[in-house]
Amino acid sequence: MLRIISLGLLLYGTWLLLSGHYDPLLLTLGALSCAAVVGVCWRMDTIDREGHPNHLTWRAPWYWVWLAWEIVKSNIDVTRRILSPSLPIDPCVTEVLATQSDDLGQVIYANWITLTPGTVAMVVVPGRIVVHALTAEGAKELEGGRMGRRVCRMMGDPA
Amino acid sequence: MDALAEGSIAATIATAAEVLGWICVIAGAFFCLVGGIGLLRMPDMFTRMHAAGVTDTMGAGLILAGLALHEGFTLITVKLGFILLFIVFSSPTATHALSQAALAGGLTPWRKGEPRDSEVYSTGPGPSKEEKATAREEASSKG
Repeated sequence: MLRIISLGLLLYGTWLLLSGHYDPLLLTLGALSCAAVVGVCWRMDTIDREGHPNHLTWRAPWYWVWLAWEIVKSNIDVTRRILSPSLPIDPCVTEVLATQSDDLGQVIYANWITLTPGTVAMVVVPGRIVVHALTAEGAKELEGGRMGRRVCRMMGDPA
Repeated sequence: MDALAEGSIAATIATAAEVLGWICVIAGAFFCLVGGIGLLRMPDMFTRMHAAGVTDTMGAGLILAGLALHEGFTLITVKLGFILLFIVFSSPTATHALSQAALAGGLTPWRKGEPRDSEVYSTGPGPSKEEKATAREEASSKG
């Protein structure tokens, strides 16, 4: 029930910010369309821990800051390699363990891997992620599991 | 503090935000360009995905941040934030789908020392202008 309410409020907030109109008719129409969307989601049974992970609301933003910094660092590295005349790349395929306790955590981990330039999650199976890395160092760094432990901590798993 | 000094402080902050915004936009444009150069220089599909990643993380992020600084605290900045959020969630999904499709299509990742994909798949120059013209004529006479 709490999830349904929070999804409705989130949708209505998004609607308000995107529309920028505040007269009664449009506010009512917005509320009705949000209610319709919540109704459809409820009928489809997608308002659960996975579809609307509101338990991460307070923790996730701090990890995004850390992720943004990781993205900046790897971007600079990939940029240097692209612009270097000798194109110093040594791509390899490796497998990393996804120790997160549920599908949501593993998908978030795979997303973070792909979001950092230089590593792409190619195949995701329960417990493991096959990664294509632009350099051997990038693969090693990922195998070290620093990012994986971060995701575990964000999800509240024992890591 | 008198009103005049307060006004000049606000003006200084506005100018600083403007300058910082422009720096962000220009840096973002630079990273988009780097992503494009990478797309051309990389040897195969999988390595090209890494180059494209520079464009849609650093390039898009810096340009959106620059525009937000330019705009200040308005609804437009909120919308720019939404755009960034959607990019952050959708671009890894698209990249993952792309690599899955490539693997399903039987593409094997390039290893160091192998020839580039353009050297492997290219079959010389395509049909010449004359050959294309004759093909068109044949097709139209048939139809």
